[in-house]
Formats: sequence, structure tokens, C-alpha cells
Amino acid sequence: MAPWIALFPKNGIDAYANVNFMQRKQVRFMSDAGEEKDVLFELIQQNAAKIIANVPWAQALGFELTGIEKGRAFAQVAWREDLVGDPASGVIHGGILTALLDNLCGIAAYTVLKEPKSMATLDLRIDYMRPAEKGRNILAEAECYHFTRNVAFTHAWAYHETRDKVIATAAGAFALNDISRWASGNEAIEYARKMLAEKSS
Amino acid sequence: MSRAEELEAFLSSTPFAQYLGIRCTVMGDEMTAILPFQPKFVGNAAINAIHGGCTGAFLELTAMSQVFLQSELSRPPKPINITIDYLRSAKGEDLYARAIVHKLGQRMASVRAEAWQAERDKPVAALQAHFLVSEDG
Repeated sequence: MAPWIALFPKNGIDAYANVNFMQRKQVRFMSDAGEEKDVLFELIQQNAAKIIANVPWAQALGFELTGIEKGRAFAQVAWREDLVGDPASGVIHGGILTALLDNLCGIAAYTVLKEPKSMATLDLRIDYMRPAEKGRNILAEAECYHFTRNVAFTHAWAYHETRDKVIATAAGAFALNDISRWASGNEAIEYARKMLAEKSS
Repeated sequence: MSRAEELEAFLSSTPFAQYLGIRCTVMGDEMTAILPFQPKFVGNAAINAIHGGCTGAFLELTAMSQVFLQSELSRPPKPINITIDYLRSAKGEDLYARAIVHKLGQRMASVRAEAWQAERDKPVAALQAHFLVSEDG
């Protein structure tokens, strides 16, 4: 079993179908980064718990980040009575998926950065394939499949068990903004800068 | 019951609409949706901006409500897909939105919705959505 699968036992994703894909992915990212130590990604991994804890709307809806890989992020949200969009069927409202996939795409995009940047969603498309089932957790994964200096391109999937039977898919583009000349005062950025300085020394 | 009253009944019986606290003002076949700000909507605490997923959910409900208002449907239409353009960051203030139904067919509806805050001419987000409107779908 590839080691990354052991990291995300909760996701129940179709491991076999993803192994080759992940190997390709990792090779590509490694060649992108050369021999450089990927300090920013390490920092993100170490502080993974804080990524969603600092987002009130993600907290309100009960999102749980379950894994981070280079270029990928995994999360889940539990079914809840007050999130229901159709009282007749008990199906969770599409807006929950919008928030979940938007947030997760953003995190996946964040993992590919080589320096701290500010990020904003440019656009997000959601396709609703089938309704989520009442009472069941929704799992999601996102992938950043391309990025430039200014934009990150992402895809995401929401499902109950495997990606073969998706509830919804998403495609999101994110604007990446340079913050190297930002004035100090932003706690998160100050923290990232401090940690980066410590780690690379 | 008028169509506007039916819409009101739908929103008050939908848990997530209540959770958001969405309100609608209907004038004839025109509707303005209002989302009074709550601290839980925040996505970026550093700049006190509303989460894109919250704005998106509000726009989706607005579009859905407008289709319901203009149709004879017995229950709200189901979303097929949505595309949201984020135009400006939404501040920690009330949001407003209106939707235009571009086409209401036998099975599909195509809708555009825009959300704004202080200025109507400076929308913070725009949504394009398709809904399934056939009763048997």
C-alpha cells in the first residue's frame, strides 16, 4: 500500500485507481521543486488543523479536514438536520457542497505554493450529479492540477464512498496575489513568514 | 395561497434557509433576497470577509426562489449546475440579491443571479444556474 493511503483511512477513496495517478503527480511536483526543501508545504501539513479551524463558516457547517497531500486535500462533513435543503427528502442543501468544495479547492491550491500568497476564488462551477443521502457523511477531495504565478486551477469531488459514484463535482479557479510587499499586521502571514525563516535557516 | 406566500412557506419550512436567515421581499413577480449578516458567515477572519460558499448558497437559494415564484411548481426546482463568479470580496455586512430567469422551459430553467452590498452597481458575486423544473424529475 502506498504510504499516502495509510494517511487517509477515513476517505475510503478508490485506492487502486489512484495509485498510478498519485505517483505521476508526485514525480511531477518533485521535478518542479528540484532538490529544494519544500518548507511551505511542510508548514501547511504541520498546521493542517488550523486551516479550517480559522474559518468560521467551515466551523459552523462542521467541516473536517482529513488529509493533505502535495496538490490534494481531503475533507468530510456530517449530515445535520439544520443543513437540509429539501425537508421532504432530508437531502442536504447544495450550498453546503458549494462551501465545502470551494474551501477544499482553496486548500489544495495552497499546497502547491512555493511562497505564502493571498488567495481568492475567481470562479467555481458545481455540477450536481445525484442527491446526497439523508443521514450520511459526505466525503470530498480536491486537486490542484495546474498553477501559474497568478492562477491555480482545481477540481473537486464529493461522494459517500468512492469517486465512482459522485454527488457533485467542482471546478474552481483561484487568483493568487503577491503579498511580499504587504504591510505587517496580518497575524497569519506574519506567522508564516516567521516559520519559513526559522525552517529555511 | 398566493405564489409569494407559497415561497414564504417553502423558505420557512427549509432548515438550511432558516439556518442562513434568508428573507425575501416580493413585489409582483420581482423578488429581492436579503441575507442579514451573521458572524458565522465569515470565511476570512483577517479581512472580515464572507465565505464564498455562503455567498454561493445565498445566490443559489435566490435563483431557486425566483424560479419557484415564476413557475407553477409544487416544490422548489432542483439544481443541475451552478457557476459562481466572485467579483469582489464580500464584507461582513448584509447581502442582497436578485435573479432573472432567462428561460423557463418544460424541463429546464436557466437563471442568472447577482449579489451586492452597499452599491447595486458593484456586485460581489454573480451566479449562473440551471434547474430541473419538471415535476417528475
